[in-house]
Amino acid sequence: MAEPLGLFTDTSICIGCKACEVACKEWNQLPGNTPEFRDSFDNTGQLDAQNWRHVKFIERMPDEPVAVGNGHAWLMMSDICKHCTHASCLEVCPTQAIIKTEFNTVFIQQEVCNGCRDCIAACPYGAIGFNADTGTVHKCTMCYDRLQNNLEPACAKACPTQSIQFGKLADLQKKADARLATLQAQGNSEAQLYGRDDKVYGGLGAFFLLMQKPEVYGLPNKQNAVLPSRNNSKSYFGALVTAVIAVFAGMVAFRRDGTSGAVHDGDSASADNG
Amino acid sequence: MTVTAQVRIMAEHFVQSPQWGWYILGYFFLAGLTGGSYTLATMLRWWGGAGDQRIARLGFLVAFPLVVVCGIFLTVDLGQPLRFWHMMINTTPGDTGLSFKYWSPISLGSWALLVYSGFSFISFLEALGMLGPFSGAFGRLFNFIGSILALFIASYTGVVLSVSNQPVWSDTWALGGLFLASALSGSAALLAWFASSRPDAGSTQWRLLRADGYFALLELVLIVVFFGTLAAAGTLSHALAGPWVFIWILVFASLVAPLMGLGHDRRLSATLSARGGALTASTALIVLAGVFLMRLAIIFSAQS
Repeated sequence: MAEPLGLFTDTSICIGCKACEVACKEWNQLPGNTPEFRDSFDNTGQLDAQNWRHVKFIERMPDEPVAVGNGHAWLMMSDICKHCTHASCLEVCPTQAIIKTEFNTVFIQQEVCNGCRDCIAACPYGAIGFNADTGTVHKCTMCYDRLQNNLEPACAKACPTQSIQFGKLADLQKKADARLATLQAQGNSEAQLYGRDDKVYGGLGAFFLLMQKPEVYGLPNKQNAVLPSRNNSKSYFGALVTAVIAVFAGMVAFRRDGTSGAVHDGDSASADNG
Repeated sequence: MTVTAQVRIMAEHFVQSPQWGWYILGYFFLAGLTGGSYTLATMLRWWGGAGDQRIARLGFLVAFPLVVVCGIFLTVDLGQPLRFWHMMINTTPGDTGLSFKYWSPISLGSWALLVYSGFSFISFLEALGMLGPFSGAFGRLFNFIGSILALFIASYTGVVLSVSNQPVWSDTWALGGLFLASALSGSAALLAWFASSRPDAGSTQWRLLRADGYFALLELVLIVVFFGTLAAAGTLSHALAGPWVFIWILVFASLVAPLMGLGHDRRLSATLSARGGALTASTALIVLAGVFLMRLAIIFSAQS
């Protein structure tokens, strides 16, 4: 396997230009979105089958006029499939259409997927969408075809502020550590890295520098970043206990006690005849 | 301190809906009935008397056609129905072979459904009299293995939901058991209905109604556990939002008749069975509606 590659998205310098979204759509030949007014600068809405990059605008503006002390930062974040080391989608996929590539990214094989959509129910980031035209699910490939040809993903290539950086994961992690230290030294005490270490799904191939806690950006925190399989043994055990009780109940209900059954067959037959 | 502890156990969900709709609901409903019917037929065969065997035979006759419809529903729900076999065969270039992931309930369920279909088909043929009666140790072993698979088919659909990151579904461990109890209750009501049309099956009908009462009681307990786990995770309001609370009221209402049946005297029930076929039919329809509505509320509320 080649050295793991990844994307580091520094939200502190994202300007919300959406060049990443456009570059992603252009390279991957994804259809455009129907124009829609959403009462927000966010006119993409969400990650789905035709949007593999989504610039989120977290517009936490105060109701009262802004004065010193009551202003809020206007947060932006270019969201994407996180290419989790321990990926929920890959874990549940029954067809093995979802695989890890040689770059440690998560990839959906279109010719293998049969469109059961279990991965959508599993992905905690809502990064996968179903395309009714192809009958399969889609998400960011981290431009797998470009990686195979030693090219960086289209989004990173297009980002004008270098908010999105591509490279070897180990190198990106060092850059992220340095950037975080700078921000914290400047007084941004809430700045934090998300998915840089293994506490979130074993580490993310696409990790982030956030200016607020993860929930503000619609990302599960460490306590809630859990795999679907956590419920396997508990759920099967619950079903097993129920089955044992039910079989016992059935035995009590159905077991013949001496001659009573025959009597009642006769009873009901005679009642019917009568 | 209390607030912090409370925040820790609250589940947060940022997932998207898999858009599992009516086909999946139909599958979950019928999977419960086929598994439940097969299991009850086996119970009647094992523990019932000679008079119960007609209804046991009916149970096997019902189980196989239902599992055929289950397969159809599952297949047409896929985005690529012609690739249904990818559930069992890995077609990844360079890595072809059987696909079996025991930790993926859909993968495990696909294999279980295939094997169970074989068992229910053979039992179907036997019930039709095409194979001769399965008796002795072989017959018991065959029905035992078939029933293990049937119990799995009736319950694993709940586990499929729980093994996800969806709100409501993944916040509880009770769905597998709840689906099983409800499936057995619905199947018992269905077979009791069939028994009511046979003048010589009054005793069998009474036993089925009695069993239905036990299963309904088990279902009631598991609904309480289900709600309790959701309350602990902070998603009970999601499950009961909007119209779903009314659906749940109907589900509770559907449990009343089988629970009341627990208190019936055997002789009274026998008389009812002989004279009240319409009553048994309406009771069965109400119970089956409850089985359907419970799955509807669980499947759709989480995705709304």
